[in-house]
Amino acid sequence: MRAEVSKIQDYAIIGNGRSAALISNRGSLDWLCWPRFDSASIFGAILDAKTGGYWSIRPAGAAKIRRQYIDNTNVLETTFSIGSGKMVVTDFMPVTSEEEKKRRLWPEHEIIRQIRCDEGETSIVVDFDPRLDYGGIVPKIKNAGKFGWRIDIGTNVFTLRSEVELVPSDGDGLSAKFTLKSGDVVAFSLTFSAEAPGVVPPLDKLATEKLNLTIDWWRQWAAQSNYHGPYERHVTRSALVLKLLSYAPSGAIVAAPTTSLPERIGGDLNWDYRFAWLRDASFTLHALFGLGYKDDAEAFVDWLLHATRLTRPELRVVYDVFGERPPPECELPQLRGHRGSRPVRIGNAAIEQVQLDIYGEVVEAVSHFTRKSRKLDRDMQKMLRQCAEYVCEHWYQPDNGMWEERDERRHYTHSRLMCWVALDRILDMQARGQLDGISIEKCKAERQRIREEIEMRAWNSNLGAYAQACGSHEIDASALLLAYHSFEDASSQRMRQTHERIRERLVPRLGLVYRNERSMNRHEGAFAVCSFWEADFLARGGKLSEARKVFEAALAYANDVDLFAEEIDPETGDALGNFPQGFTHLGVINAALALRDCEGGTVGFKS
Amino acid sequence: MTRMNIPYLLGTIFTPDRDRAKLIGFFLHFANGWLFSLVYVAAFQILHKATWWLGAIIGLVQAIFVLTMTLPVLPALHPRMADEQYGPTVVRQLEPPGFLGLHYGIRTPISVLVAHTIFGIILGAFYVVK
Repeated sequence: MRAEVSKIQDYAIIGNGRSAALISNRGSLDWLCWPRFDSASIFGAILDAKTGGYWSIRPAGAAKIRRQYIDNTNVLETTFSIGSGKMVVTDFMPVTSEEEKKRRLWPEHEIIRQIRCDEGETSIVVDFDPRLDYGGIVPKIKNAGKFGWRIDIGTNVFTLRSEVELVPSDGDGLSAKFTLKSGDVVAFSLTFSAEAPGVVPPLDKLATEKLNLTIDWWRQWAAQSNYHGPYERHVTRSALVLKLLSYAPSGAIVAAPTTSLPERIGGDLNWDYRFAWLRDASFTLHALFGLGYKDDAEAFVDWLLHATRLTRPELRVVYDVFGERPPPECELPQLRGHRGSRPVRIGNAAIEQVQLDIYGEVVEAVSHFTRKSRKLDRDMQKMLRQCAEYVCEHWYQPDNGMWEERDERRHYTHSRLMCWVALDRILDMQARGQLDGISIEKCKAERQRIREEIEMRAWNSNLGAYAQACGSHEIDASALLLAYHSFEDASSQRMRQTHERIRERLVPRLGLVYRNERSMNRHEGAFAVCSFWEADFLARGGKLSEARKVFEAALAYANDVDLFAEEIDPETGDALGNFPQGFTHLGVINAALALRDCEGGTVGFKS
Repeated sequence: MTRMNIPYLLGTIFTPDRDRAKLIGFFLHFANGWLFSLVYVAAFQILHKATWWLGAIIGLVQAIFVLTMTLPVLPALHPRMADEQYGPTVVRQLEPPGFLGLHYGIRTPISVLVAHTIFGIILGAFYVVK
């Protein structure tokens, strides 16, 4: 049992396109759900240091710590320097090509933690203390001799193997204390099997071989990017994060790999983000195509079509990785929450909400797809016709909006904007000869009505800005997206005024933007993606130098390995909310693309 | 119930490729079912009767044979299965079944007994001795 609590930005992520683990800068693996992102946790100390479960590898004394990802990979290296000794812990989930997997047996899921002593001599302490089912089950760990240590739970088995002797600890886990000399390397492997007899890999050379294969695989993936522009290091890291958040068997991309990391420390704004939100669809496709990840973009569109098939013409706000309905939201009383932020929730009640913006997101995503890739097949055309029909019939209704407010439904400006986007892009595709069977006159008429509604009712002349909702007096950072989606030129009088109001009311300091005034009153942090929307907006408006300043100021809030959470505490700069957050990293990529394209003069307003 | 995935176990004799192993193993397991049914039929013919309970007894006997005789020698027969005594190697990484197949889950022996008994009941109930 341990008492130390890490902050959200102290973590880094590793993964394999099916699940992910968070490892603190103290060498403690504090979050892991197997076999998929939304499975129950086996390590959950990030949500409760006492009962969540963890697996720590650290030197036996205070050490200077530095960590990094091996270049262009999701392989994490944490270096501990203590006196004359230096040890490096390399953490990764093995990944490789399908061809390689055909050559040799591979475990269903595996984490390898390899320790290398680079200098001097280092005493090392390992504590392995898993807690299954979100800290609810203290598992029995059985000694299986040459097959390591096993945890049998139902038909599932976890197997821990190591090259050093592990012994039962004072608590319920295992521990090891040993010394490594310069040049020594030892490895630990934790595997999981559910569907068949487990594959129990040997360590030693095979662990190093898997490390090399994993590094090669990530580098080859990263090399598919055609991005060569400003802030390339951050763009590449953001792309690698997105890849870690994608569920390879289906192509879905989850919003974040965690649940209930708080938007306010000690507060109750704790939600489960281990699902795929349609809200992120168009940003995702824009980023993937923008960087040249055509296969990943196509996989995402395939998931989009598959996931929405059963509910069309209505779309759900959120789906699980296989397009099913996420479980109902419930609280886990056994966990005390990250730094006391209760309750810990699993499942997400957003499933019950109405968000009209998602129709625009989906249509815009398909529109990116058709611009950059193949033609529209029959299924896509059918979905677009259904979306057009649905939007024409429902755009004027109130909804919960992109921020998923739970109090009441409103006529959100952003929802109107995205309904306009849906019809506009459908008409574009029709004009390009990619889509038929829609009522052109009706779509054009409704698109015009939505434009008039936004220009007349969402514009608040007293405020001198586009408001959060029609008839509202509140400001919302999502108004910046009116330019992103080409509804209005970023350099127009109205958009400049809207930006000024956002600066006055929602920007506590350069590089930080609250999403709206309500979130400020709730003492949430600044919403990280909004900073990148601001940089994007400024770039589109031709203010490139200012855009760079905002972009760089926002990047300064990333942690030491360039990862972002959902929000940033303006007072302390600490990360808040689920981590790492795909939406924020999409913002990084899309703003960098806008900067590159605007500097090259290839982005303009489509009138 | 159990991780004793017979198609996967049989298929990995021929290939380490997980998907291909399951496919090959499925056909092998299917063919095995037909072959073993001939043994059941032979027993019915020798005893001049075929009833559901007789099929159940033969199934039970086969299950006990599998659990106590076949599974313990599997690591020696399977080219990719690790041995209890020597542990895993680069080629032999597949977890061995252990006593009564308990390494594949605590319900493995029950699953094997139930599955073979049902197989015997079906054959005994529908086979007509001529």
